[in-house]
Amino acid sequence: MIIAVASGKGGTGKTTVATSLALSINQAGHGESDPLLFLDCDVEAPNAHLFLKPDFNQNQAVGILIPQVDESLCTHCGKCAEVCQYHAIAVLGKKTLVFPQLCHGCGSCTLTCPEKAISETLDVLGVLERGFTPSGVDFARGVLNVGEPMAVPVIRQLKKWTASQPGRVVIVDASPGTSCPVVEAVRGADFLLLVTEPTPFGLHDLKLAAQVASELQIPAGVVLNRYNNHSPSSEFTTVVEAYCRDVGLPILMRIPFEREIAEGIARGKTLVEIRPELIPQFRELYRQMSLDNGSGIQVKSSSSNVG
Amino acid sequence: MKLIITAASPGIDAPVDPRFGRGAHFIVVDLDTMEWQALPNPAMNAHGGAGTRAAQFVTDQKCSAVISGDFGPNAFDALTAAGISMYLFGSCHTVQEAIQSFKMGQLEQLTSPTGTGKMHR
Repeated sequence: MIIAVASGKGGTGKTTVATSLALSINQAGHGESDPLLFLDCDVEAPNAHLFLKPDFNQNQAVGILIPQVDESLCTHCGKCAEVCQYHAIAVLGKKTLVFPQLCHGCGSCTLTCPEKAISETLDVLGVLERGFTPSGVDFARGVLNVGEPMAVPVIRQLKKWTASQPGRVVIVDASPGTSCPVVEAVRGADFLLLVTEPTPFGLHDLKLAAQVASELQIPAGVVLNRYNNHSPSSEFTTVVEAYCRDVGLPILMRIPFEREIAEGIARGKTLVEIRPELIPQFRELYRQMSLDNGSGIQVKSSSSNVG
Repeated sequence: MKLIITAASPGIDAPVDPRFGRGAHFIVVDLDTMEWQALPNPAMNAHGGAGTRAAQFVTDQKCSAVISGDFGPNAFDALTAAGISMYLFGSCHTVQEAIQSFKMGQLEQLTSPTGTGKMHR
């Protein structure tokens, strides 16, 4: 069972929910012999390690294969530049120039070159790391090098590197937003848990994230964070609840809006360390998601009414 | 010699387009005969790599100089490799004005990119 945690809006509590869910169900036993696998797929700013504190003992450099042109073989026919969708290779008179920052590593130029003048070299984009946490969670993450613009290959290779037996419980912590890195992280998940907060921005991005779930046909449910019935934000809580009801997104858990929780998280504690009484709720959340695995909740496509 | 100017619309009196990679049109002018031709920029709506795509296009036109308002690092490297010189149109408003200023040697020739580039993969 693969559970992906996403949100749309940043800072709604993806990592808070993902790490506490992992700790709650790892302790309880989740009916599997393998330890739970946690993947921090927010490779541009991974932070789950701050809470789960793994001891990394494996690592691997990752990247993409970029072309290298042997000028002594190149006839400057220009076929490589023609097939490159990303305009990462240009034939300029008697010179063939590669722009590594534009290359997606698709290999089209290498395949097309009639003179076999192109070979490929690894352009390192980041690193994968893996190790166990003191709580017994099998933890892995990708880290994109600073200045590198392309997160997707790192996420894809993190998932490939850690691929395990079907049926194993995997929690994927995705990045904010709804662009390619999020799609790559949640692709193949059995359930998409969307963390939101009762604010206009939280709702706006929840709608976008729900569309991703709908497009990828992944059953989804919502965790409503910073929930408070007695604050100025309570008015917006009813708006979020109404939206979820309208599109058939179940609200599976509500996390209270409390200063003590924010202070604890700022000190590097997980939510279930600050509020151990939430552990049964996280286990219930897991049970609900397992029940709906592959059958129940599908976000209605009518949810695509986003401005 | 052949000269290329980035233009907002396809004509010799058209306003200049300040962007090289994503300019709307290229006006190709033969300075010896003053014959000209307007070509749409194939890189205008490219998802990425507009600068390199436009540079490839300009190189394929076999011209020796380009006039525009902005050349990013990829376009700069590509045009430099192709041996094409780059000029800024400065205060010129139309293609015609840019050509006259170029002929009088009043345009600034570029020795480094004007920007940091916008698009990555």
